[in-house]
Amino acid sequence: MSFFSVQGLTKRFGGLTALDDVSFEVEKGSIFSVIGPNGSGKSTAFNCINGIYKPTAGSIHFQGNKISGLSPSRIARMGLARTFQNIELFASETTVDNLMLGRHQHMSTGLWRGMAMLGRRTWAAREEIENREHVEQVLETLELEAVRNRPVSELPYGTQKRVELGRALAMEPLLLLVDEPTAGMNPEERADIGERLRKLRDDLGLTILLIEHHMQLAIGLADRVLALNFGRPIALGPPDEVQSHPEVVKAYLGDG
Amino acid sequence: MTPRELDHYADVQLLPGKAAIAKLVVLLAVLAVLPFVVPGYRIFTLNYMAVFVIVGLGLSILVGDTGQVSLGHAGFMAIGAYTSVLAMTELGAPFLIALPAAGLVSAFFGFLLGLPALRLDGPYLAIATLGFGLAVTLIIGHGSFFGGHMGLVVPDAYLGPIPLSGDISHYFLIVGIAVVLALAARNLSVTRVGRAFRAIRDSPIAAETMGVDVAYYKTLSFTVSAAFAGIAGSLLALMNGFISPGVFSVTLSLMFLAMVVFGGLGSIAGAVLGSLVMGYVNLRMDAVQEIPIFGPMLQNFSDAYMSPSGLPNVGWVLTGSMIMLTIMFEPRGLYGVWLRIEDGVRWLRRRGASDGPAAGTG
Ligand SMILES: Nc1ncnc2c1ncn2[C@@H]1O[C@H](COP(=O)(O)OP(=O)(O)OP(=O)(O)O)[C@@H](O)[C@H]1O
Ligand SMILES: [Mg+2]
Repeated sequence: MSFFSVQGLTKRFGGLTALDDVSFEVEKGSIFSVIGPNGSGKSTAFNCINGIYKPTAGSIHFQGNKISGLSPSRIARMGLARTFQNIELFASETTVDNLMLGRHQHMSTGLWRGMAMLGRRTWAAREEIENREHVEQVLETLELEAVRNRPVSELPYGTQKRVELGRALAMEPLLLLVDEPTAGMNPEERADIGERLRKLRDDLGLTILLIEHHMQLAIGLADRVLALNFGRPIALGPPDEVQSHPEVVKAYLGDG
Repeated sequence: MTPRELDHYADVQLLPGKAAIAKLVVLLAVLAVLPFVVPGYRIFTLNYMAVFVIVGLGLSILVGDTGQVSLGHAGFMAIGAYTSVLAMTELGAPFLIALPAAGLVSAFFGFLLGLPALRLDGPYLAIATLGFGLAVTLIIGHGSFFGGHMGLVVPDAYLGPIPLSGDISHYFLIVGIAVVLALAARNLSVTRVGRAFRAIRDSPIAAETMGVDVAYYKTLSFTVSAAFAGIAGSLLALMNGFISPGVFSVTLSLMFLAMVVFGGLGSIAGAVLGSLVMGYVNLRMDAVQEIPIFGPMLQNFSDAYMSPSGLPNVGWVLTGSMIMLTIMFEPRGLYGVWLRIEDGVRWLRRRGASDGPAAGTG
């Protein structure tokens, strides 16, 4: 049984088939890139995987469990985290509070214990401190300490993208889905994010599904690549093979 | 990275440092002497304001934090009031049992209303909760068990051997509970559950994706909010000595919603400020003519142009204008106004400091 697998995934919106019979497998500790022109169904695939959309057909398995049909929060609690193409941060909260939300499932303080946080030794306080330490580590790896207590809505776009990545990492996921992490970034920032993703795989053994518009980055990082066009898989395999696949070349030339 | 060791507890601590403790001690001291320095007949007003604060704290969790709306909180208050009175009269329960029972029964109704609320948003939720509030008063008004429109007389209440009679004993009970609930609400908001509430308001999709069970927390928010209103209802019954469906009108629900928005959505200080002001205004609405100079003018104006009975209408117009102007010029409400004053004071101090001999800045 593979670490993560998708079989015959299909998603229709009314008459539009956004995903058409897509299948692939992802090995633990690898980076798997999904490429394709605009509107080819990449984000739709992510939305099906983390449960925001119910697939029209097909199934998704994670660590031997079927996750298709479960709610996003159930899927998250199984160790799957993601970022969004259009940033979905908790806008009025600070960077720290956004990342603390990533710790939600690792914490257990409820109503009563929360209200009764009356000293450093109470349950809620101990849990806050422990999880803040974890969050601080993530802030340090992503160099976000300087904006720790700033409301995220005040941060520049590139920093918000990093906060979103940080929030996903704070969840300590087994599988991380990142949807266009470098959109709107300059080449320098883009290379920086690429390097961070590579490190996450190499140092932490994290498994990453990556949607990335910049071919070079997507291909350069990936262990395997899936190319979509109009929702259909047109190529699947090692990066160099997919890159030179005639259908892929055609799709990208047609895309301009 | 700064070498300075961060104390993560300080970020969420209820009373971080001596200054915060000092502030609380001063506040408690003021609250303790207040009933002995104001005229006796004003203690009732203070009690009424404290009851509003309790409702405001709960409503602020629902509206300010979770981002849901309720136009039915007078209904929860009624459920609390009637539960505690009936528990005392029908079951002979002591007040010490009747009070938490009011919170629990009201919470249960909050949970029930929270279920359909999961599928509703914005104006639809507003209408549903409005309907709930109306239904509660209608049912109470038509049941003889509830005393119908004539209402119920609240029996004498005791805290153990201490009789809860007279405004001063009510004051210490109600204000004490309000302070405890304010501190509890504050703690709730900085810990896991409060963060989940606000996450749902800001982005339900992202909250779900982080593993937050949105349905659970939305219902929880309704439940907690209703519990606060239920406790407030029980206390209102105690201080009034009498309850009837008319007390818990839709107007009161509107007032509750207005006061948390007016105070400043999503801040506890704002909820408290807004509730104090609106509690006062609501009770003293008919005392417009007591305002120096303007009072008689407003009364004449109202008599001439607004209604034969006059006074309450001009009170409402004043209240409405006050809310409107505040929100127009300061969307963060009264709490925002307070923050501006603080900023101003800090600015003045800094100017004072830079004029004088070089002062170290932290
Ligand atoms: N909720 C929805 N309702 C209707 N149509 C949708 C919905 N979500 C996506 N689509 C459609 O599905 C198709 C695939 O969209 P998707 O966002 O998955 O593309 P993408 O590959 O991520 O594109 P991009 O590179 O622009 O992000 C598009 O035609 C889009 O309009
Ligand atoms: Mg997309």
